Amino acid sequence: MATVDLQLRDIHKGFGAFKALDGVSLDIAAGELVCLLGPSGCGKTTLLRCIAGLERQDGGAIRFAGRDVSELPPQARDYGILFQSYALFPNLTVAQNVAYGLAGQGRDAIRARVNEMLELVGLTGSEQKYPAQLSGGQQQRVALARALAPSPSLLLLDEPMSALDARVREHLCGELRALQRQLGITTLMVTHNQDEAMLMADRIAVMNHGRVEQYASPQDIYRAPATPFVAEFVGQGNWLPFERDGEHARVGDLSLRLHSAQRGAGHAERGRLFCRPEAVVINPPVHEDNLFPAQMREITFLGNRCRLSFELDALPGHALLAELAPESMPRLSGAEIWVALPPRSLQVFA
Amino acid sequence: MQQVAILHKPRTLVRRWPADLADRLFVQGGQWLLLALLLLGVLLPLTAMLWRGLAGDPGQGGGLAAASELVASANFRWLLGNSLKSALAVVLIVVPLAYAFAYALQRTCVPGKGLWRGISLLPLLAPSMLPGIALIYLFGNQGVLRDFIPDNIYGFWGIVLGQVIYTFPHALMVLLSALALADARLFDAASSMGASPWRAFRSITWPGSRQGLFAAACLVFTLCVTDFGVPVVVGGDYQVLSLEAYKAVVGQQQFGRGALIGLFLLLPALLSFAVDLWLRRRQRDAMGGRAQVYHPQPSRGRDGAFLLLVLLVSACLLGVFGMAVYSSLVKFWPYDLSLSLHNYAFSELPGGWLAYRNSLLLATCCALFGGVLIFLGSYLLEKTRQSPLTQLLRLLCFIPMAVPGLVLGLGYVFFFNLPANPLHGLYGSVTLLVICTVAHFLTTAQMTASAALRQLDGEFEAAALSLKVPLLRHFFRVTLPICLPALLDIVRYLFVSAMTTVSAVIFLYSPDSLLAAIAVLNMDDAGNVGGAAAMSTLILLTSAAVSLLLAGASRGLLRRSQAWRAAPGH
Repeated sequence: MATVDLQLRDIHKGFGAFKALDGVSLDIAAGELVCLLGPSGCGKTTLLRCIAGLERQDGGAIRFAGRDVSELPPQARDYGILFQSYALFPNLTVAQNVAYGLAGQGRDAIRARVNEMLELVGLTGSEQKYPAQLSGGQQQRVALARALAPSPSLLLLDEPMSALDARVREHLCGELRALQRQLGITTLMVTHNQDEAMLMADRIAVMNHGRVEQYASPQDIYRAPATPFVAEFVGQGNWLPFERDGEHARVGDLSLRLHSAQRGAGHAERGRLFCRPEAVVINPPVHEDNLFPAQMREITFLGNRCRLSFELDALPGHALLAELAPESMPRLSGAEIWVALPPRSLQVFA
Repeated sequence: MQQVAILHKPRTLVRRWPADLADRLFVQGGQWLLLALLLLGVLLPLTAMLWRGLAGDPGQGGGLAAASELVASANFRWLLGNSLKSALAVVLIVVPLAYAFAYALQRTCVPGKGLWRGISLLPLLAPSMLPGIALIYLFGNQGVLRDFIPDNIYGFWGIVLGQVIYTFPHALMVLLSALALADARLFDAASSMGASPWRAFRSITWPGSRQGLFAAACLVFTLCVTDFGVPVVVGGDYQVLSLEAYKAVVGQQQFGRGALIGLFLLLPALLSFAVDLWLRRRQRDAMGGRAQVYHPQPSRGRDGAFLLLVLLVSACLLGVFGMAVYSSLVKFWPYDLSLSLHNYAFSELPGGWLAYRNSLLLATCCALFGGVLIFLGSYLLEKTRQSPLTQLLRLLCFIPMAVPGLVLGLGYVFFFNLPANPLHGLYGSVTLLVICTVAHFLTTAQMTASAALRQLDGEFEAAALSLKVPLLRHFFRVTLPICLPALLDIVRYLFVSAMTTVSAVIFLYSPDSLLAAIAVLNMDDAGNVGGAAAMSTLILLTSAAVSLLLAGASRGLLRRSQAWRAAPGH
């Protein structure tokens, strides 16, 4: 990664007895897009507002490009922000909104800049419209143009997609990402939607209870969640309680083989095994490790894939999930199936 | 990674002043200034009043000994009884009537709602003496309808009738808002379960408006107990407490005694205010965010019955006000009924047109300075970081609502008339009248402003800050244009209130700062009822004209800004 552009060190923030931020440290490289992902109340928006200077942290340091801005008011920091509601001024036209932060420059310079920004977001020709006359997606683009017009060196996005419907959302995620890449602007985005985070981020910081649980690339977050919370929050998962038995894990009467990386010392004697549904193999054509008989309970058709709910014969009453492509469905016949839990896919949590 | 040069800028980040100096000055300075004004205009006068009433020097009728003596006296009990009896009677008449009227306007399909609403608000546009004066012309010894009542109008029934008219719009406004919002889904559910309209009323409408009903009753009761405009005109020998406080201070210079009675008048107001707050807290969020607005369906019988009631009430109000206007135009009642402007020849009276000019000046200053100040103050309360200071300011803004004008006026006398007070020079000036009037009507205006401001996106200020736009400029560029209709509403409210108010300012005027509404009182006192009617009519017309003008301006404004107000984008 390139040079560090935004540096957060041990940020604390409390509201009364409630700890909104409990020692958050993050480094964001120049030009990177980082997502703060977490459930509502995890502190991600508070963190964004602290960076923006709209909230004052109780402790810790914030640096933009090596400059300590911890104590500076919002006006003296150097960022643009896109709010969840966009906060477009309804009484000003699109052009006036975009020009709002450009005071002090010449009239012609402002007009040129507004045109440039509107061209950038593809809204040339809407200068004289009011925000109420635009669609949600267009409003978002105006807000983005307004935030970028004063040439900030950091862009903050606060749940930018939550006011849009699902179809527009995916399209705009892609567009926003392309624009961010094109401009090379360091960007921090807050979202509670894991799909958005996966789609857009270079790195994701998963937050819970005011702490960063894991800070890694989307692939690593999904494949190797660092904590049970991350595993549970991102994607679907199966959980099996186990007790350690040498190099194996004992689940009820079953003995599961573990991958070498998971066998090492320092692991707890008991805990939970985690396995993604798509890693579960149903009725494998050849023998696999950890192959057990099971009863199929329910099949849910999800379009591009099928979700299958089953119970291991040795673990009745404990519903587990598998996901597979629809074309492999014909191989199923009857409620009796064989299920393989490949050792590579099993992850151990204390 | 190839980067586009669109974000490159030659810019210096070094500034001579802290970037937020102007904002800090605006917010902090504004809030502290507000605190100073509220202390001066609300808290200190009330403290002075308490001190004067409870620990005052002997000889002026104050102090605890005087208090117990006062309470024990037969005269005081008689006055208290009179006040309570007439106020209760007014509550029992006005509240059900206003409830039915509000129900007709909000929950039925009566035609011409705007017209009835306008007529019902007429009493707000004139001083409270006007209904009394009209009653004298209607039922007085030489009244046109003299034979319709057995005894004469002066006394209990005069006060009750006059105050019914005076308090009707006040009760109506509270009940209109209590009945304004209804969740259509509840009514659909009720009718799908086979509930009759009466049952639906009892189980949905009634519980939802009970609190408003109580608030209206409290408001009316407090207004009646503290009003002296009606009793002074048609009270006759039926004396009440508020009049006694006025006489003690203005007539006998018994400041302590006036303060004591003022404290008594503060009690019902404080009590009902506290209960109202408690009820309001219990009934929070009755209307959820997903509720659908209820639109009444036509129903012949119901609409007919309510139309009849609305017509009757409107006819009475129009009759009373028409009578006042007519009597002001009659040459010499009841002997020469030819029309003339004889009664409007104020220049022949002491004070004369000066009183009207003063009132215009007072109303204009209150509306403009008060309106701007209150709106800016509300902005500083609503759109800045909450702190102990803003909490304190909110509390102080709330106090005037619970304090009757008479009590506030007495407080001003005690505070500003202190020789040691450096602001003593203001005493008797129009400036002090402006301060007192703005303070008197502060709460309602501030609540209107706050409600309008709260409808704005909470992130507007944050967006402005991130774009490095000074807060004051943002206020003028965005906040004010969006809230202009609400500001005009506040201006209208303050203007009309200042035009018609008597209760607080009656203790504060000097010959040079005589007001029109007080001139009405004085003329009536001197037996010049025709002149009093004429001056009341003039006040009524001025208030009505300004209200219409501002309503027109507001409508034009809304039309011009239709493009951006049309549809909330999200």
